[in-house]
Amino acid sequence: MAAPSILFGKDIPGENLLLRGARVLDPEADVDGVMDVRIDAGTIAELGARLDPNAHRVVDGEGLLLAPAFVDPHVHLRTPGREDEETIASGTQAAAAGGYCAILAMPNTDPVVDSAAVLGSLVEAAASDAEIPVGFLAAISKGLEGTELTEMGALADAGAAGFTDDGEPVATPGLMRRALQYGAVSGRPLAVHCEETTLSRSGQMHEGAVSAELGFAGYPSVAESLMVERDLSLAAYEGRPVHLLHLSARESVDALRAARTAGVGATAEVTPHHLCLTDDALRSLDPNLKMNPPVRSTDDRAALLEGLRDGTIQAVATDHAPHARHEKDVPFEAAPFGVTGLETAFAALYTYLVEPGLLRLEALLQRMSAGPAAAYGLPVPRIAVGERANLVLLDTRAGWRVDEGAFRSRSANSWLLGRHLTGKVRMTVAAGATVFEA
Amino acid sequence: MAEIRVMRDDLLPPPSLERRHLLSIADLTRADVERLLGTARNFSRSLEREMKKLPTLRGRLVVNVFFESSTRTSSSFELAAKRLSADTMSIKASGSAVDKGESLKDTALTLGAYDPDIIVIRHPQIGGAHLVAGVTGAHVVNAGDGKHQHPTQALLDLYTLQEEFGRLEGLHVAIVGDVLHSRVARSLVQALDIVGARTTLVGPPTLLPRGIEAMGCATSTEIATIAAADVVYVLRMQRERMLEGANYVPSLREYSERWGVTPERLRPGQKVMHPGPMNRGVEIDARVADATDALIETQVRAGLVTRMAVLYDLLTSGPVGVKAAALTEVA
Repeated sequence: MAAPSILFGKDIPGENLLLRGARVLDPEADVDGVMDVRIDAGTIAELGARLDPNAHRVVDGEGLLLAPAFVDPHVHLRTPGREDEETIASGTQAAAAGGYCAILAMPNTDPVVDSAAVLGSLVEAAASDAEIPVGFLAAISKGLEGTELTEMGALADAGAAGFTDDGEPVATPGLMRRALQYGAVSGRPLAVHCEETTLSRSGQMHEGAVSAELGFAGYPSVAESLMVERDLSLAAYEGRPVHLLHLSARESVDALRAARTAGVGATAEVTPHHLCLTDDALRSLDPNLKMNPPVRSTDDRAALLEGLRDGTIQAVATDHAPHARHEKDVPFEAAPFGVTGLETAFAALYTYLVEPGLLRLEALLQRMSAGPAAAYGLPVPRIAVGERANLVLLDTRAGWRVDEGAFRSRSANSWLLGRHLTGKVRMTVAAGATVFEA
Repeated sequence: MAEIRVMRDDLLPPPSLERRHLLSIADLTRADVERLLGTARNFSRSLEREMKKLPTLRGRLVVNVFFESSTRTSSSFELAAKRLSADTMSIKASGSAVDKGESLKDTALTLGAYDPDIIVIRHPQIGGAHLVAGVTGAHVVNAGDGKHQHPTQALLDLYTLQEEFGRLEGLHVAIVGDVLHSRVARSLVQALDIVGARTTLVGPPTLLPRGIEAMGCATSTEIATIAAADVVYVLRMQRERMLEGANYVPSLREYSERWGVTPERLRPGQKVMHPGPMNRGVEIDARVADATDALIETQVRAGLVTRMAVLYDLLTSGPVGVKAAALTEVA
């Protein structure tokens, strides 16, 4: 599937596979039915009933669901700099286990991915370490400092999948405007973390009744939506697209919907935790519930869900943010922001949204695969003859418990530890090769 | 010598004791609160005797760990433990391994290795006491965790109110000042709600946290509203919060002009409380602090017996989820 210039991974030869008897569901290709899928040398060769296996390896998919594999547009691989928390190898293994065939890594590493040299070293490492294709976003501003633009042209030539200062907002409207203008030369998307930091200040959680009771400094929803409005206004003025990272507030969704209606080419993503949790959960003071932006009110959660349903929000993104155990084993206030998500995203959303009837399975599959791929101009995984095989085999009846010891990620700071989920990834095929099987 | 003991069999600790802590007022039931106050009252009578020490917790170890400076809370816990004949050990953050960068978890594990019965902890961060409770076998008493909770302060305040008014139900308490940064206010609002008293929070709009009404209290930015209350509870105006251009209030001068508790703003005979330490002339006029209607010293005395009750309760029937135990003193 990979357009070779922006997704990088091991060069694994395509396999010969026959996936037998699964319900094949690809909302984009309008496929839904029980059938066999034959893959020749990594490419989907035939869909149909009782296909001849020839010498192909046969995988029994009876009672299972076969869907286009997932694409995660927002992962922190912590490389370079914090390889104790995640590496390209461990992060892509975790992604494979989560059903992903492609992920995008954020540039807020140490050093920051703000030069072709740093990006080049990642591209090279990915070719030997990445279990599934991975793309790398580069920074908008040098050192994420919000003053000078990076060499976006050179970075795009070196393979940048897009540009973002994620972790920080683009500091000033002036710089954001220049990024929108000059970013056009890169031909790659611009993604923004929307946070007015003079409002969020030292905020630890959503500002509301729960923060008032617990005593935490509040991070108000307007700190996000104000910056969403700024960036949408600039995108509209410049006539350039923009991708909004990890939305959390109703007002942000409303602003995005209005901008899209007005013709602004804006896209957005939302995380599983923002779709499943509210600030009420923070009464446990569990540092694995500390993230930026924070999970918010019931009303905000409902707005995010509605935005995901009606297509205002195109993508589910995990914002997988690994942290060392000792850094989260501290009082909530001292803990860093961020939770992992690659290995639990589908099951969490299936359990908390699809099973209770809040989101249709088809919509979830679309928003975890075609939606994010299209937002970043990546090839859309499809189940159709002639397409590279990017497939996930799911058991939507299997229940499992999220255990700290079972992660492929180097970090275990999951908000789901100890919880029981329904929906298990049985197999992932990425770029024509089996990358995970359980 | 007086013995404090449980009278009825059904009030004895259940055979398999869950580990119990006092981390937050929110964990307590009304019965828990009433039992604790009853125990404190019994202890106050025992303290009127010439021989003030009770043998109740002999052989038990109470460790006090204070990561924040504190005079009254730490001294009152230490004395409470000593009055009950427990062994005590007090650790301050400065001069300890914390100075060498030890994590709270490791400090807790180290102290836990001595098998203390109770760890009393004050920590500048919300969730400090909860973390310690999660990693040690000891009963943990939260003596203040950041801006979150200070449950023994709220209990001693209830005790003070009960002694003064003879009831708690239906009392109206106005809490005045920097609610935003106050663990005392949060704990007290919950405690007053549990016992059926009413609370109005009064202060500058910037220091009344958005959404706080959901805790079951009213709010007002008008200092005049304090006149309607039975008691005016004055919070410390934390000077350190007013630094760094936070702009919560333009100046302490403006704060004390508008929200300082002065004799003119009180009804004659209206009772006044303050958790200390006071900033005289800022949040409280010196004439108010020194007036006979101020219950501030009573609060300090209440702190001792309330903390004795908490220590005793944790090692016997436990405050959380255990039904009320009426305690009777037997001569």
